[in-house]
Amino acid sequence: MTTKTAAAIAANRFGLGARPGELSRMESPGAWLKQQLQAGPPLLTSPELKSTAEVMAGAAKLAENVRDLGPNGKEDLKERSVDMTEPAAAAQARQQLIANKLPAYYRPIYAADSAARIRSAISTSRPFVERLVYFWSNHFAVSVDKIAVLALAGCMEREAIRPNVLGKFSDLLLSVEKHAAMQLFLDNPQSIGPNSPLAQLASRRQPAATQRRQLGLNENLAREILELHTLGVDGGYTQTDVTSFAKVITGWSLEGLPNQLGGQLARNGTPGAPGAFVFRAALHEPGPQTVVGRRYAQEGVQQGEAVLRDLAAAPQTAKHIATKLARHFIADDPPTAAVSRLTDAYLKSGGDLPTVYAALIDAPEAWASDAAKFKTPHDYVVSIFRGLELPLPAQSQQAVNSLTMLGQQQFRPGSPAGWPDRSADWDGPAAVMKRIEMANSLAQRVGNNRDAAALAPQLLGETLTEATRTAIARAESGVQGLTLLLTAPEFMRR
Amino acid sequence: MTSINRRRFMQQCGLVGTGALITARYAFAGLERTDSRFVCIILRGALDGLAAVPPHGDPDYARLRRELAILPPGQDDGALPLDGTFGLHPALKFMHESYLAKEMLVLHAVASPYRERSHFDGQDVLENGTTLAHSTQSGWLNRALVALPKSIVHGREAGVALGQNIPLVMRGPAAVASWSPSALPNLSDDTLQRIADRYSTDPLLSRRLADALATDAIAVEAAGDGDMGAMATVRNGGYTETVRTAAGFLKRDDGPAVAVFDTTGWDTHANEGGGQGQLAGRLGALDSAMRVLKEQLGARWQRTAVLVITEFGRTVATNGTRGTDHGTGAAAFLAGGAVAGGRVHADWPGLAADSLYQGRDLRPTTDLRAVIKGVLADHLGVADKALESTVFPESAAAKPLRGLIRG
Repeated sequence: MTTKTAAAIAANRFGLGARPGELSRMESPGAWLKQQLQAGPPLLTSPELKSTAEVMAGAAKLAENVRDLGPNGKEDLKERSVDMTEPAAAAQARQQLIANKLPAYYRPIYAADSAARIRSAISTSRPFVERLVYFWSNHFAVSVDKIAVLALAGCMEREAIRPNVLGKFSDLLLSVEKHAAMQLFLDNPQSIGPNSPLAQLASRRQPAATQRRQLGLNENLAREILELHTLGVDGGYTQTDVTSFAKVITGWSLEGLPNQLGGQLARNGTPGAPGAFVFRAALHEPGPQTVVGRRYAQEGVQQGEAVLRDLAAAPQTAKHIATKLARHFIADDPPTAAVSRLTDAYLKSGGDLPTVYAALIDAPEAWASDAAKFKTPHDYVVSIFRGLELPLPAQSQQAVNSLTMLGQQQFRPGSPAGWPDRSADWDGPAAVMKRIEMANSLAQRVGNNRDAAALAPQLLGETLTEATRTAIARAESGVQGLTLLLTAPEFMRR
Repeated sequence: MTSINRRRFMQQCGLVGTGALITARYAFAGLERTDSRFVCIILRGALDGLAAVPPHGDPDYARLRRELAILPPGQDDGALPLDGTFGLHPALKFMHESYLAKEMLVLHAVASPYRERSHFDGQDVLENGTTLAHSTQSGWLNRALVALPKSIVHGREAGVALGQNIPLVMRGPAAVASWSPSALPNLSDDTLQRIADRYSTDPLLSRRLADALATDAIAVEAAGDGDMGAMATVRNGGYTETVRTAAGFLKRDDGPAVAVFDTTGWDTHANEGGGQGQLAGRLGALDSAMRVLKEQLGARWQRTAVLVITEFGRTVATNGTRGTDHGTGAAAFLAGGAVAGGRVHADWPGLAADSLYQGRDLRPTTDLRAVIKGVLADHLGVADKALESTVFPESAAAKPLRGLIRG
């Protein structure tokens, strides 16, 4: 393979699409990729972006205003003719008011994160590392169709994923599972050990209360950690393991949750920032647990941390992650030899992610000349914006909207399994037609100010086919030429 | 008006000979076929069944519902009469006509196996057909497509999803078609032709493009020659166009047998309204969509069953914000010429305090899976074995409800 072909593969298959001039400057494509792993973690900061603590503090303030019957809350309740002398009705009315007001508070925060994220994708000079951020964000998917995480999904990517994407998998795992977005998305703060101090207190005091508000386990997070985040669905765990692991992580909770069960009981020392991870002993199931063949007798939060570290080190986890990475970058059904080498790299390095990424760069399968992957809508849109050098931030809303139109709204995969990663998931007839229309629409935006014939080799290098070159050369207008470039099979695939 | 040009483009394709790609998909001469059609509409957000199908004859209804209670038949904005106990929300005029014509069946106090109150998990269970949220990445309707008798599958895809993304209920191993209206500006015929030419050496992309054009052609037919404005007009809460398109697919002899789409906005926590108001508007839009579906299907309506379902019901009592919160027992509708309608199927548990589920919700007495299994078996001919094993695993206790479809 020539260096020129490799450069196009590095920019498109490993990256987010070439920007004009980028390919000709790339002397050693492999080194270009590895250098991207050298610099520090790919943090994303911007004045308009809020931290988890700021988001949660704002939500708490909103709730407080309603609870204190502040100016707005009082009017709202009065207008709704709630009998405020009836404590239950009043409390319920306040809860509802809070729930109704939260989405409007969250939405602009989500919008700012969406815009910042796509700006970062379009403008980054470390596109391989950005791809890895999105890969992990999708591996640990939360979805903003759950309102509680609408303003926190972006926080999780910025606070838990970006700092750890070039570190150890175990650190990434622990930091994600403790993050407010993941805790809330998978309901863990409400999960209560059946023999926890709180459950025992409740059953002593008010047997009926346990029935009215069911105090018990919620297996959601434990199951997804095993199935999606670590071992994989065929990773050899059972329902008993899920239940035991759910018990292990009872008490994993967040600071500043409204109406947190056991919040008073648990309090030792000064509270942390709102939304920060906290261990609530009152909710925790006491005693040792056995998870996937190992007994964990640790006390408190250490028990769950020990399980997570062991899960991170498991060979099934190594293979699960190696397979997903290879599927993401090489082919829908990745070559087993490549998967084995990535698995080995993972296990030998103790889950050191840059070592695994380097093994991916070194895999000859990743440099095959046939383009096996169909771009996701996100990467398709980003590659157009990079290629056309559409001005930012003016156009970032257009990019955000484009993703929604193509069916991949940011942070909204709809399920904890994340977006699917096979061509067949994205190359349906309606999807292909939408891409063609999108390409045409963006080409019209640029007008006839770009020379598609000159641009094509800058974006596709040696992977540009004669058929596309000819089609562009014969185009009747600049817009049509650009549309033909952006809809070419070698631009749709990578 | 993309679609007009697409159709013209197709005609031009036909003239130049590449139309073969498109027509090949619809050549099924000689197949024995049945003509049953099934539409599944999912109302996301939890429809208030006690407003849609008010049990005005229940002695506790008016007291618990207070200002949200739908008044008995005969009063201003009162319910449309069904039987001594139940009425229909006054906005459901077409549904009521269908009931009187014995083409609409109400199911009340129904629920999926889900017993918590999260929309997210509730919809997941409603669609995945198991007893647990997130236990599988496929939906019962897709798995039913796999089990359809050969005689009912006329095209490469037995099902079509209308909308941007395929809902979970329709995801899975069976290939499904999808269509959604486009807000993007038009492509010129010439550009489209050039792209088609460029794709001629790329088998996958050329097939996808041909399929997309064929699907659009159906959508254009659905809109009708004289009514092209409907293609671009979003009316009635946005789904008249969706319904027209669904009908366009379903009325073809060689089209899919099953269509699915979903609507949102049913989560009426505040200012729900009674005979008029927020929910009345939503129900009115749904009712119009059902009317459009019948009109567009023409004779095919006689062989159609439309199931309208939601993830769970809402609290019996009104909350402090003139709305209702997440509940349990829900209402569902089955409508269409193929339906043995004109009745309310409800093992009514009553709204007395000691009858309520957890002291607050309508107690479910009919498993929604039994309803769906009855429809899939008697209308689409899905074998019991498949219903028990793949479509609704762990549902043996929910025996298929018989007699929902005309014999």
